[in-house]
Amino acid sequence: MTDMTANPALNADKPAKVETPFQRFRAEFFESKIATGALIVFLIIVLLAVLAPWITPQNPYDLAQVSVMDGRLPPGSEAFDGYTMWLGSDGSGRDLYSAILYGLRISLTVGLASGVIALLIGMAIGLVAAYAGGRIEAIIMRIVDLQLSFPASLVALMMVAALGKGVDKIILALVIAQWAYYARTVRATALVERSKEYVEAAQCLGISRFRVVFRHILPNCMAPLIVVGTVQTASAISLEATLSFLGVGLPQTEPSIGVLIANGFEYMLSGRYWISVFPGLALLLTVVSINLVGDHLRDVLNPRLKK
Amino acid sequence: MTVFIIRRLLQALLVVFMMSVIVFFGVNIVGDPVYMLVSPDADQADIEAAISRLGLDRPILEQYWLFLKGAAQGDLGDSFIFGEPALKLILHHMPATMELAFSALILAVVIGIPLGLYAGLYPDSRISKGIMAASIFGFSLPTFWVGLMLIMLFAVELQWVPATGRGDLGSFLGIQSSLFTLDGLSHIFLPALNLALLKISLAIRLTRAGVREAMGLDYVKYARAKGLSTRRIILVHVMKNIMIPVVTVMGLEFGSLIGFSVVTETIFAWPGMGKLLIDAILQLDRPVVVAYLMIIVLFFVLINLIVDILYSILDPRVRLQDQGA
Amino acid sequence: MRKFTAATAVAFGILAYGVGAASAEKLTIGLASEPTSLDPHFHNLGPNNAMSVHIFDRLIAQDEKQRLSPGLAVSWEPVDELTWEFKLREGVKFHDGSDFNADDVVCTMARAPDVPNSPSGYGTYLKGKEVIKIDDYTVHFKTAAPYPLMGNDISTIPVISELGCDSTTEDFNAGTAAIGTGPFKFQSYTPGESIVLVRNDEYWGDTPVWSEVEFRPITSGPSRVASLLAGDVDMISGVPTTDITTLKGNDDIQLSQGVSNRVIYLHMDQFRENSPFVKANGGGDIKNPLMDVRVRKAISMAISRDAIVDRVMEGVALPAGQLLPEGFFGVSDNLDVVAYDPEGAKALMAEAGYADGFEMTIHGPNDRYINDAKIVEAIAQMLTRVGIKTAVETMPRSVYFGRASKGSPEGLPEFSFILVGWGAGSGEASSPLKSLIHTYDKDAGFGSSNRGRHSDSETDALIEEALRTVDDAKRQDLLARATERAIENVAIIPTHFQVNTWAAKKGLSYIARTDEYTLATGVVKE
Repeated sequence: MTDMTANPALNADKPAKVETPFQRFRAEFFESKIATGALIVFLIIVLLAVLAPWITPQNPYDLAQVSVMDGRLPPGSEAFDGYTMWLGSDGSGRDLYSAILYGLRISLTVGLASGVIALLIGMAIGLVAAYAGGRIEAIIMRIVDLQLSFPASLVALMMVAALGKGVDKIILALVIAQWAYYARTVRATALVERSKEYVEAAQCLGISRFRVVFRHILPNCMAPLIVVGTVQTASAISLEATLSFLGVGLPQTEPSIGVLIANGFEYMLSGRYWISVFPGLALLLTVVSINLVGDHLRDVLNPRLKK
Repeated sequence: MTVFIIRRLLQALLVVFMMSVIVFFGVNIVGDPVYMLVSPDADQADIEAAISRLGLDRPILEQYWLFLKGAAQGDLGDSFIFGEPALKLILHHMPATMELAFSALILAVVIGIPLGLYAGLYPDSRISKGIMAASIFGFSLPTFWVGLMLIMLFAVELQWVPATGRGDLGSFLGIQSSLFTLDGLSHIFLPALNLALLKISLAIRLTRAGVREAMGLDYVKYARAKGLSTRRIILVHVMKNIMIPVVTVMGLEFGSLIGFSVVTETIFAWPGMGKLLIDAILQLDRPVVVAYLMIIVLFFVLINLIVDILYSILDPRVRLQDQGA
Repeated sequence: MRKFTAATAVAFGILAYGVGAASAEKLTIGLASEPTSLDPHFHNLGPNNAMSVHIFDRLIAQDEKQRLSPGLAVSWEPVDELTWEFKLREGVKFHDGSDFNADDVVCTMARAPDVPNSPSGYGTYLKGKEVIKIDDYTVHFKTAAPYPLMGNDISTIPVISELGCDSTTEDFNAGTAAIGTGPFKFQSYTPGESIVLVRNDEYWGDTPVWSEVEFRPITSGPSRVASLLAGDVDMISGVPTTDITTLKGNDDIQLSQGVSNRVIYLHMDQFRENSPFVKANGGGDIKNPLMDVRVRKAISMAISRDAIVDRVMEGVALPAGQLLPEGFFGVSDNLDVVAYDPEGAKALMAEAGYADGFEMTIHGPNDRYINDAKIVEAIAQMLTRVGIKTAVETMPRSVYFGRASKGSPEGLPEFSFILVGWGAGSGEASSPLKSLIHTYDKDAGFGSSNRGRHSDSETDALIEEALRTVDDAKRQDLLARATERAIENVAIIPTHFQVNTWAAKKGLSYIARTDEYTLATGVVKE
């Protein structure tokens, strides 16, 4: 999650058969039961988060529905408004089941939004480098290398220190912390592709560089980008939780999963394990399922590990 | 070589400069430290006096200019909160963080590489699958959550080691560190383990990937065909081949350990510079935040520089030049 | 760096044990918040003041209920309308062996307001006071107008030795200048890690039980509790309310609790016709309903203080009906906690013309007071239930206090309805009255924290008269009347007084203090 050099697929030269047809890829992916299971779990989590307003008894952000009299109830208790709190309630009287699903919405939004934006920006910059070549490429890659020499956690921490709290700000901070990973991935693929005969041939034929970049290099970047994207999204979600725990992430009134865990952290020694444990499990499940999918994707997309 | 080093350092200065602009101005926009610092009993005149004592009544550009002037002479400003030079504060807290990150790195290598080796050699065994599953959890679990669990288990329930703080210092070869006393070691064990978890997982995965790749390479096949013992093949040929990348990556991860120590230090009340940083951020102690940033940037640039130079020495094919990968 | 090496520390330790052979007992305390310096005049902040009490005496001491008692001064009384005479204790020695006398007092009072880089000094308490040495053991404090609070003000100033007057904050932190007359002597200070003090065996007062005290900052609440349970520390301050029930059930732990001088209250915008965070239902503009005393009363009635105390604070707080808990100087005997009455609140709202309620946002800090963000949420829930649709915004104190004080484009308080706390450092009612209730008046230094800008000339007159009245009985009466009038007008809405909790291992207990200080001298063996 922190360093992509762990992934041989991204740095190594690729053999010629890199464009695996989608179907073959799909077949290979579903070969692994664990990865398939993880993908299903992840899709269920996303579905639950999307459907949260319709499948939860309480909107934890609507103060008319939350009562402090319901605070810290153990799992299975009955709420003031009559429904059962299957996972108990937190210190402010939020039904944990509802709060977790709503929290997942925020955490997934932060993770996916920062992932997608960083991917687009990183990809654009990487392509510009590949397209321009020469001095511009050297400068861009120098910046990328410099940024990658700092841990993403520190960059994000510095950014929230300078930006302040809030969903938009944390997304921005995570984008700034992550774009370089994508840029490097695109550039690495571009390097490989550029040296191939067909690109040379295309150039000889007078096909524009622009066309070469978009028609040939970009499609080849997609596979490694997806792998990096899954890992980075998982890491963005847990980074957001960490920042929130440190008190510099998201505000407490509309808690993400990270904020829920951080709030529950206070209760760990008081025996009210559910306030922290259930959100913790939700986060774990989310991050593990994304990582398992990413892990397997990496194996599938890395031809060198094939027997 | 000299040109290369000078260019690198110039680039580092540029980065330091840009980051300092962002953070300097950013922290100013986020909030106003004065109202946290003044005593509630202070009246309006006292508050204004405090603002001017801290130099916050000047225009922000002028403040920045004064900061640059000071920085050029090695003065990064005085902490708003402690009233002492920010640089001194950070350097004072640095050894604790370094020994924590160093211990975590050692743990990661000592635990991670053997496990990764096993998982790479016997990829289909149950134990290997267990190791790999555990490694996924290792970097999916939030550090802060694991930290408290470790305290609950080892300090509160079992009472094997202390829960928080840094132990007595010992001295060895002129270096002072809590690693040289038993008390110090018992204190550092939990935070180092907590911090190492992520890196243990990373080491496992790197080693496993390396082993699996190396086992498929021709020279290993050849060595096998030649009848060399498996033990010898692994220890000499495979390990030699994978150790360099693994150790390099782990070395570079040292920086990330320092970054993540912010969390661990908060939970274990470890008196390092990560704790100092997070407190400074929460209290808008701008001089400390900016100084931390500048020091850490220089630190990372130096690490990278050293790694690059070492590489060029070890591997003559690598030329030192300012190009990307 | 500025720390003793392990070897010298041990050597000093042995030395200290040797001298104080009577009883060598070490106490380790886990602190919730760390002092920012050992310079007693650097930062007027609770943790700093608490730490400096160990090393430096004041002329007048404050006991655990903040009542004044003789410290380095044996007596203090007005000799005429404008002059207070302090008689100093004779035969007191500083830690370095030098004698304490009037010169030390004069130079202390000169240094205290004027420390370089100080983020918040002690000038507040010394403003307008001239210090004159009469003889070696007599000092006069002169003011331009009669000043009854002389004793309270002077009790906040730690007295340092004349030799330390030219020292810098760094000298104090290094220990070279940390020389006082107090019950403990400096031994070592490692910021972020520990402060170690040893007993002053020549102390003029009661010699402490503990031969050595180590303070360790452990700011994370659960980690602090875990450290106590693991036996790393003997006592901790700031026990989180969430852990109190469990700790109560633990036979190895002894809890000590006491109400503090800190009231948590709500300020309401009473100076803007259009308040930025008050809207009509649906979000349109509305004439600020908070200007109407009936609405303010209704809000007060809509808040169940018992629910806040029971549910949010887990029973560890006292419902508040005025600015200070009973027992403090200047509180009124005629004020009860406003009863929870949501129906009455709705009726009052209807009478004021807001039968359908309105919308507003409550702002509060989330890292300043015990459970602050949760209290803000609970209050918003309660108000929403009587028809005032209340949104919540909490933020870190670093952002909050600046915006709450002068965040609007005109440099005025930005918010409409806020939660704040006030600890009366002087230990009597003039402190909150002067700063929170009195009309905002920059030139006179009144109303500096009056973020709702409540203004009532009659209350102002009572407060000002009290601040001129040297006679204690008369002043008590004036302060009580001012408080009653302020509560009558709902200038602010007090919700509860914080109760602080300390936890110690079995066999120890702490004498809880209203000023929230954690003092080694207050830790007693049972």
